[in-house]
Amino acid sequence: MFASPTVRVSLLFVAVALAGLVFADIAITTSNPWRDLGRFFLGVVTPDFFSTEGLATALLRTIAFAFVGVALGSFFGFILALVYKAYPVRMFCAFIRAIHELFWALIFLQFFGFHPLTGVLAIAIPYAGIFAKVYSEILDEADPEPARLLPPGTGAVATFLFARIPDCWVQLRTYTAYRLECGLRSSAILGFVGLPTLGFYLETSFSQGLYSEAGAMLVLFYVLIATMPLWVRPKALPFYLVAAPFFLGEGLPIVWGNVARFFTEDIVPAPLRNNEGLTALGSWFGDLMISEALPGIWNTLLLTQIALVATGLLALLAFPLISTHFGGPVRRTSGHVALVIARSTPEYILAYILLQLWGPSMLPAVVALALHNGGIIGHLIGRQTNGIRLRPDAPAGFNRYSYELVPRVYRGFLAFLFYRWEIIMRETAILGILGIYTLGFYVDSAIQNIQFDRALVLILLTAALNIGIDALSRYIRRRLALQTMPTC
Amino acid sequence: MAGFDLTALTASFGGERVIGPLSLTVEAGQQVALVGKSGAGKSTLIKLIYQRVAGHAALVPQELGLVNALPVFHNIYMGRLDEHANWYNALTLIRPFRKDREEIRSLLERLDMKEKLWVPTASLSGGQRQRVAIGRAIYRNAGLLLADEPISALDGPMAHKVMTLLCERFQTSVIALHDVEMALAYCNRIIGIQDGQVALDESSKRLSANDILNLY
Repeated sequence: MFASPTVRVSLLFVAVALAGLVFADIAITTSNPWRDLGRFFLGVVTPDFFSTEGLATALLRTIAFAFVGVALGSFFGFILALVYKAYPVRMFCAFIRAIHELFWALIFLQFFGFHPLTGVLAIAIPYAGIFAKVYSEILDEADPEPARLLPPGTGAVATFLFARIPDCWVQLRTYTAYRLECGLRSSAILGFVGLPTLGFYLETSFSQGLYSEAGAMLVLFYVLIATMPLWVRPKALPFYLVAAPFFLGEGLPIVWGNVARFFTEDIVPAPLRNNEGLTALGSWFGDLMISEALPGIWNTLLLTQIALVATGLLALLAFPLISTHFGGPVRRTSGHVALVIARSTPEYILAYILLQLWGPSMLPAVVALALHNGGIIGHLIGRQTNGIRLRPDAPAGFNRYSYELVPRVYRGFLAFLFYRWEIIMRETAILGILGIYTLGFYVDSAIQNIQFDRALVLILLTAALNIGIDALSRYIRRRLALQTMPTC
Repeated sequence: MAGFDLTALTASFGGERVIGPLSLTVEAGQQVALVGKSGAGKSTLIKLIYQRVAGHAALVPQELGLVNALPVFHNIYMGRLDEHANWYNALTLIRPFRKDREEIRSLLERLDMKEKLWVPTASLSGGQRQRVAIGRAIYRNAGLLLADEPISALDGPMAHKVMTLLCERFQTSVIALHDVEMALAYCNRIIGIQDGQVALDESSKRLSANDILNLY
């Protein structure tokens, strides 16, 4: 078994994560974490839907930002997908999607302020990069034969409309709908940097210990996501799209002077701005690298690797919950509910809640990342096992799990896990804003200290790190011949 | 384009020659049946001819090349995308014009499947799918037909009906057929392919089924 390359790669990653645990700061620092956790769960089961009138508005704003952001992202992503073969386009898309929505929001906040444009662009820009990549992959999958059979002289537009689009229409639609769900999550967490969406109210209620109020918001958010198939209808979409821009709220007006100053002064490295020469720039950069960038990168990598392995373990443990090869309908239904809750909760919100309850360390972040991503992969793998037909005399219980199912789904499992590696790293970096010492922490502190030049360098480093991990992940997937369609 | 005169037809897969080098001349008015064992190179030859005439022929490939998500109507309409402006084609995708609807409906009537006009091709049977590909080739209005086993999934009466229709609509054609009787009945020239070379080339009047079976 140890001769199998997939097993060897898995063991290597487990070993790295275990070594990482030695250096990682994993502790529960609050005096009474379990009592707080209990009070929180009590809040979730006794939600108070009528405490603030802001709740309905927050929900409406969350949906509006998601719709406008995802619609713009999908539109421009589609256009970019048409020219995705060009190397500069690929690089541009890789770059804009390597920067997390919250980082984009933090950047735009500095010069657009609390204007709706900040939230819309924070979603639309990284989503356009993701849409461009996935749309172009889907379009490449279309059967090339019909286009070859067209009469010579058929125009490019007609060829595209008849021979390409219809063949991948269903995949395009499914993926866009999935992204809209992600957009709702992104929109919700934008509230944590002050935009008027769900996260804002969640943070307020939580910090005041109003757990029933926070519980109500979470419950409503789950309902919103779980009922998406009911209210996101093709016929209703044009209505939503036209209406959404009107529900973004007023925000504060844009001060264009700030925009100009941001680009011409704020983000120019301080030594250049003050004409201190290249030596000063060198020491400025060196200081930034040693005191902020390197510790940030180290912690980000450490947390990513631990969270990745924890995600994998959790997914492997969780998939039997929804697999038809185990248990009865009751267990499967509750398993479904558990996995839907795990994957519907944005990592950021999970991490925020756990940090409040357990105190600042890497532990809440690892648990949050593992719960969310493990929930997603567990769900996909569980569904995959339902397509497997076992022989009638196949073993039951743990033997069925370990001999019949895991070996069959393991390659698919690894493919999903490596696919999410980059996503986990993006999230790890951003969780720094909550006070864990990853790159996001240093970005956030630089912004708090009004050092946008430093913040921008750190954000660019984060993007570079993401692009690197993405390349490494693709290399490993290619070496192990793992294939995935982008469904997660 | 009706007939063609091609020389140095050759194709290799993985360094192994599967066809040619051979020359082939087909005059306007010749209806050619390609016969021979499976694997002799008939499909490759048909694809090769299609490439060399630069697409100026109606092609029915073995894998049909249908857009599964589109209804029968649009799959057939695709045969004439070049004749209309982009806006016309785009509108047709949403709501076809009456003139095209009627023309394609009457074509489908000849193929015995006019009730399937708006059914997505994904949900059709193998024989129905084959007839859609044939419908597209006929609608294409080219002077030359290239077809690779176009009746392999059709039952007896339907196969005869389709072959009659093809002969009526195309004066010039090259059709790969594994059914020797059909080849003799509907084509006026028989070309036998063996190991990538022409092993037999005769008017069908001067051949009997037994002469051809030697190739198999």
